[in-house]
Amino acid sequence: MTIRIALRNLMHDRIRLAVTLTGVIFAVVLIAVQSGLFVGFTTATSCVIENTEADVWVASRGVRNFDVTHPLRERKYHQVLSVPGVARAEKFIVQFANWRKPEGGMESVEVVGFDLASGLGRPWAMAAGSIEALEVRDTVIIDELYQRKLGVTELGQAVEISDRRARVVGFTRGIRSFTTSPYVFTSFANALEFTHLKPDQLTYVLVLAEPGLDPRELRAAIAAAVDDVDVFTREEFAHKTKWYWMFTTGAGMALVIAACLGLVVGGVVVAQTLYATTMDHLPEFGTLRAMGAKNGYLYKIIMAQAVAAAFIGYFPGIIISHVLVKLAEKGGASILLTWRMSVGLFFLTVIMCVTASFVSIKRVTRIDPAMVFKGA
Amino acid sequence: MAGNGDSLVRVRGLTKDFHTGHVTVPALRGVDLDIRAGEVALLMGPSGSGKTTLLSIMGCILSPTAGSLRIKGRETSGLTEKKLGVLRLEHFGFIFQNYNLFRTLTAAENVQVTLDLKGIRGEEARARVLTALAAVGLPDKAGMRPEDLSGGQKQRVAIARALVGEPEIILADEPTAALDSTNGRLIIGLLRQLALERGRAVVIVTHDPRIQEFADRIVHIEDGLITRDGESA
Repeated sequence: MTIRIALRNLMHDRIRLAVTLTGVIFAVVLIAVQSGLFVGFTTATSCVIENTEADVWVASRGVRNFDVTHPLRERKYHQVLSVPGVARAEKFIVQFANWRKPEGGMESVEVVGFDLASGLGRPWAMAAGSIEALEVRDTVIIDELYQRKLGVTELGQAVEISDRRARVVGFTRGIRSFTTSPYVFTSFANALEFTHLKPDQLTYVLVLAEPGLDPRELRAAIAAAVDDVDVFTREEFAHKTKWYWMFTTGAGMALVIAACLGLVVGGVVVAQTLYATTMDHLPEFGTLRAMGAKNGYLYKIIMAQAVAAAFIGYFPGIIISHVLVKLAEKGGASILLTWRMSVGLFFLTVIMCVTASFVSIKRVTRIDPAMVFKGA
Repeated sequence: MAGNGDSLVRVRGLTKDFHTGHVTVPALRGVDLDIRAGEVALLMGPSGSGKTTLLSIMGCILSPTAGSLRIKGRETSGLTEKKLGVLRLEHFGFIFQNYNLFRTLTAAENVQVTLDLKGIRGEEARARVLTALAAVGLPDKAGMRPEDLSGGQKQRVAIARALVGEPEIILADEPTAALDSTNGRLIIGLLRQLALERGRAVVIVTHDPRIQEFADRIVHIEDGLITRDGESA
């Protein structure tokens, strides 16, 4: 009966119901999009690290993230190779460069140079062309998301990177860069040319551990044997990079705050409309109290209203969110909304609405049952 | 069986003061009253005389400032709000001037609320609801919402709601005030019939002199005191 009363009360005033649902939908969409942006950006910041098979990353001392680092000398690479437990080590370059578009104009790009023989650090989602095509000098692979930005219309097109001629021989799909500079994958040798690094320079050493060896042990061994470098396991470096971009730059906090705002605004709207509904039915709650209803009975009605509002508002909200995510994908934005996030958001919506109902519950708790008698 | 003779409700030395700012307004100033099973008692008096306050205290809805209230022999002073709520649910049925029906529920659902509060659900609840609606002459209005019922029909639904829980005492606050004279007489006639047939005590606060003929007893209150208590003429 409590659920029936709750649903009838909720549905009774259609305009108020519409306002309540608007609040819930608004909150769901805002939280979904903002948290999707957060997860999307976070994933993008470390996608190259996490899609590389390397167990350990060696970088110059003081590195703070994947994208910005000082070059290492080649002898560091040889020192790493000599550490017991290293099954394989490869030179790797990540460096910003200028991309001149065929029709004119410049863009900043992030050149990723990897060892073709081992494939450590290679692109992982080829949509067209092949990685092997990078064997040819001055060839690059870009993501199809950035074709327009970089002025590339087809495979084989010639461009310029740092005043050197380059040719696009492959497209990846869905490899986004967190920075505004798209990744440009190429061979290590080509990367040296495009970034103007010296022949004995590199930015990372990527290491594969011998089978059965804990990467953390190898990391410690390399750190002890090679001076003036920072050494991370893959997970550590990915986490460090995510943390840097999300929290030390403020980008992540902005998204978190926006998501929290959605929660607060949605909660306030729901609280207000639930309270208005409660006030509208106050004589009925007073009657229930006079008849001998326990507080729990009244709470159940109000909480059932809140949960019903959450249920009814969540589904259109999450559908709208997924549509927005699909549209954003086409626009190149990095929003990641997984089914786990969708389920989590459902529970968050219920919690938001139930919390919003506390104001009404507090009001009902203070009802004087004597209000039902005129003049008492 | 009720204690203290046949009294279902026994009031002794009851006082009630209301405080507004620094001013204390005495609403009841030492009231003694016994309500017995099977009688219809009217509480009458001018506005502000204290009759609704007395009804509220007898229904364990309002706490007295001093004095004793016994329900079926059980002293109520010192009981917590929770226990008073249980007492109301077990022994009382309430009828209000403005019906106080749930706008969003049907007539049957309104009646069913009482049983739901008592934990009676399912088939038994459905059967009792239909019986109660039939008893007040509304067997065919079970699925209608209050907005689709006339004033007299709404009050009859309210009576069914008060009766369905089989309470010993029915307290009614101006039950005919919002009704025309025909419907008012119908409602009071119904309450009287139920009191006689089922041995309920019915206490009605009213200004309406037209319903005196249905009462066994009329209690006059003025300025918080019972000035007259006698059988209806």
